[in-house]
Amino acid sequence: MSFSWAKSYEPKHPAMRWLDERLPLPRLVYGAIGGGYPVPRNLNYWWNFGVLAGIFLTIQIVTGIVLAMWFYATTDGAFNSVEHIMRDVNAGWLIRYAHSNGASFFFVVTYIHIFRGLYYGSYKAPRELVWILGLVIYLLMMATAFMGYVLPWGQMSYWGAQVITGFFSAFPLVGEPIRIWLLGGYAPDQATLTRFFSLHYLLPFVIAAVVVLHIWALHIPGSNNPTGVDVKDEKDTIPFHPFYTAKDGWFAAAFLLVYALVVYFAPNALGHADNYIPANPLATPAHIVPEWYFWPFYAILRAFTTDFILPAKLWGVLAMFTSILLLFFLPWLDRSPVRSGSYRPVFRTFFIILVIDVLLLGWAGGQPATALPVAIGQIASAYYFAHFLIILPLVSKYETPLPLPRSITDSVLHGEKQESAPAGVNTGNKKTVAG
Amino acid sequence: MFYRAISYIVGLAFAGVLLISLFMGVSNYVSNPPAPLPEEDFHKEPKALHLASDGAFGHFDKKQLQRGFQIYKEVCSACHSLSHVAFRDLEELGYNEAEVKAIANQWALEVPDINPETGEAATRKATPADRFPSPYANDIAARAANSGALPPDLSLITQAREGGAPYVYSILTGYQNPDNYRNEEGEPLPASAKPTPGLHFNPYFANLNIRMPPPLTSDGQVTYAPGNPAPTVDQMARDIAAFLVWAAEPNLATRHAAGVAVAIFLLFASILGYLAYRNIWAEAKRKVRVTGVLEPENQAKTRRAKRKQGVAG
Repeated sequence: MSFSWAKSYEPKHPAMRWLDERLPLPRLVYGAIGGGYPVPRNLNYWWNFGVLAGIFLTIQIVTGIVLAMWFYATTDGAFNSVEHIMRDVNAGWLIRYAHSNGASFFFVVTYIHIFRGLYYGSYKAPRELVWILGLVIYLLMMATAFMGYVLPWGQMSYWGAQVITGFFSAFPLVGEPIRIWLLGGYAPDQATLTRFFSLHYLLPFVIAAVVVLHIWALHIPGSNNPTGVDVKDEKDTIPFHPFYTAKDGWFAAAFLLVYALVVYFAPNALGHADNYIPANPLATPAHIVPEWYFWPFYAILRAFTTDFILPAKLWGVLAMFTSILLLFFLPWLDRSPVRSGSYRPVFRTFFIILVIDVLLLGWAGGQPATALPVAIGQIASAYYFAHFLIILPLVSKYETPLPLPRSITDSVLHGEKQESAPAGVNTGNKKTVAG
Repeated sequence: MFYRAISYIVGLAFAGVLLISLFMGVSNYVSNPPAPLPEEDFHKEPKALHLASDGAFGHFDKKQLQRGFQIYKEVCSACHSLSHVAFRDLEELGYNEAEVKAIANQWALEVPDINPETGEAATRKATPADRFPSPYANDIAARAANSGALPPDLSLITQAREGGAPYVYSILTGYQNPDNYRNEEGEPLPASAKPTPGLHFNPYFANLNIRMPPPLTSDGQVTYAPGNPAPTVDQMARDIAAFLVWAAEPNLATRHAAGVAVAIFLLFASILGYLAYRNIWAEAKRKVRVTGVLEPENQAKTRRAKRKQGVAG
C-alpha cells in the first residue's frame, strides 16, 4: 500500500500461513480493508457512504438473482410473473420490494457519495482516476436502473422505454436507426424486453468489476479527508480495521433501519402508481415521469423549449448528456490546489448554491411540464452549466483560500491558529480562522 | 488556456440557449396566458378513509374483508375481473376450506377449459386453485359491452391509482348531479365539462366524467349477514375499498408484522454497533488528546477566566 508504515499481514494460524504462501488472499483483504490499510484519522460521517453503496450493490445483486429465478421476460408474462412473485412466492414480496427500493437507496447513497467528493475535492490529483471510475459506475448504474424499471412491463416501464430511447432520435440522420437498433424494433416490444433483461443481469457484474478498479485506484494515494491535506506521517492515520469497520458497521445498521422502514412500511412511496397497470401501447399515461433519481436530468432535457439554430429537442438531449459528461473533466475544470471546500469560502458558497440548484432541478423534473416547473428548470439548468463550466474555473483562479492546517493531526488537535498554507498556495493576506 | 476557452464557450452556449428559452416561455405566457382547464378547477382530492390495514401496525379486519368480498361478488364482478386473485386466497379472509370450495363451485362464471375428449374449447366449474374468472372473453368484448370503455381489472386497483383505497371509496360515493354541483369557490360546472350521454359526473375522477354508472345506488343494495353494520352506500364503499386493499396486497399484514421485528432488530444492532464503535475509538481519541493550553479543560478555564473579566470569546 501507499504508506510505509502500513502493517503487513502476519498469519498467526499455521493454516493461514499455509494458505498465504500459496494464495495470498487473506493478505489482500488485510491490506485492502483490514489492519494493513492506514486511513486518515479525521474522516467524518460523509465518508461512510462509499461502503454503503457497496452494501446496496450487494443487496441488489442478491435480490435480483432470486427475482430472476421467477421472472418471465416476455411481454405477456412479465407483469403477471411479478404479481406471482408478490403473491405466491415465499417472501417474494420482500425480495421484490427490497430490490425496487434498493435501487432508490443505492442512488441516495451514491448521490451523497458524489456530493461529498465534490465538496472535499476528492476528484483532484492524485485521485482523478478514482473520480472517473466512479462516474463510470454511476453511468452503468443509470443504464442498469433504467432497464430494470422496464422489466415489470407496466405502463411507466413501457412509456419510459419509449421516451428514453426516443432521445436518440433527436440526432439527425443516425438517430432513428440507433433508436430502432437499441429497441430491436420500431417500438418497445419482446425484443426490447429480452435484451433489457439480459443487460440488466449483466451490468451489475460490470459495476462490481469497476468498483474493484475504483477501490484499487483509491488505495494508491489513500482516502482523502475533510481537511483535504495530504497524510504526512503515521500519526495522521489509523488502521481501517477495527476503527473504520466499527464506524461503518454501526452506521450501516442505522442506515439499513431507514431502508427497512421504507421497504416494510412504504414500499410504493418512491414508485409510480401507473406501473401497477400492465403496459398498453395504445394508451399513453397522462404524465410520463422517470424514477426520482433521473428527475434532474429530465428537467434539463425539458428545459430547452426554443429552436435556436438547432432543434429544441436536440439541444435538450445534448445538454442532458453534457451535464453528466462534463463531470469527467472536473479535475481539470477546478484547478485550485486546495482540495477541501472548508478552506475555500467562495467555492463553498457556490457549492451550496449547486446543491440547492440540483434539488430544484429534481423538483422541476418530477412535475408535469407546466409553465412554472419548466421556467425553474430553465434557470436551474443554466446555473448547472454555468457552475461547472464557468464559475468553477474562474473561482479556482481568483479565490483566496483560507490557511490550511499543517497536518491532519494538527487539525484534530484544534491547533488551527498555528496553521499555515502549504508551499505553492498563495493565501494573499494572512487570514486566520476562528478556532 | 485553449481548453478553458472551450469550457467557457460550452457553458455560455447552454446557459444562453436556456435563457432564450426562458425568455420566450415567459413572454409567451404573458402575451397568451393558458386558460385553466375545468379539471383543475373542479377536480377533488380523495376523501379521508381510515382502514384497519393503515399504518405500521395495520392488519386486516376480516369481517370487513368478507363484506367487501360479498360486494365484489354481487356488484363489481358483473363487469370487473380480479385476475391476480385465486379462490384459495379467500381462506385468508377467514373462510374455511369447505367454504372456499363452495364459493368457487357456485361462482356465477365458469372458467375456460378444453374438453378432454374432443379438444374443443369448453368451460367448467371453478376450483379453489383457479383465479377469479373474467366476465369478458377479452378486452374487445369488454369494450363492446361497455360502450367503448374497458372496466379495469380490480386486483391492483388500490395500487394502480394515485390515492389508493381512499380514491376507490371517493369514486364510489362521489357521483353527483352536475347541474347542482358547485366547487369550493361556489362556481357552477361550465357546459363544456358537463357529461355527455353515457358519462357520469364524478369530481373525484381525473377528467370529471366517468363511464361507469354509479354501482352502489341505494342503502341495503346488498344484504349483510347478521352482526354486521347496516349496508349503507357509505359502508359498502368502505368495505369494498378495504377488500381491494387486501386483493392488491394479500401479504400486507405479514409485511407490517415482519417490518416491526426487523426494525427492532436493526435498532438493537445499531445501538450495540454504536457502543462498540465508541469503545474502539476511545483509545484512538486518547492518543491524540492534547496537553497544555490546548487541553479542553484548560481551554474551558481560559474561557471562564475571560468571561469573569468581561472579555468576549
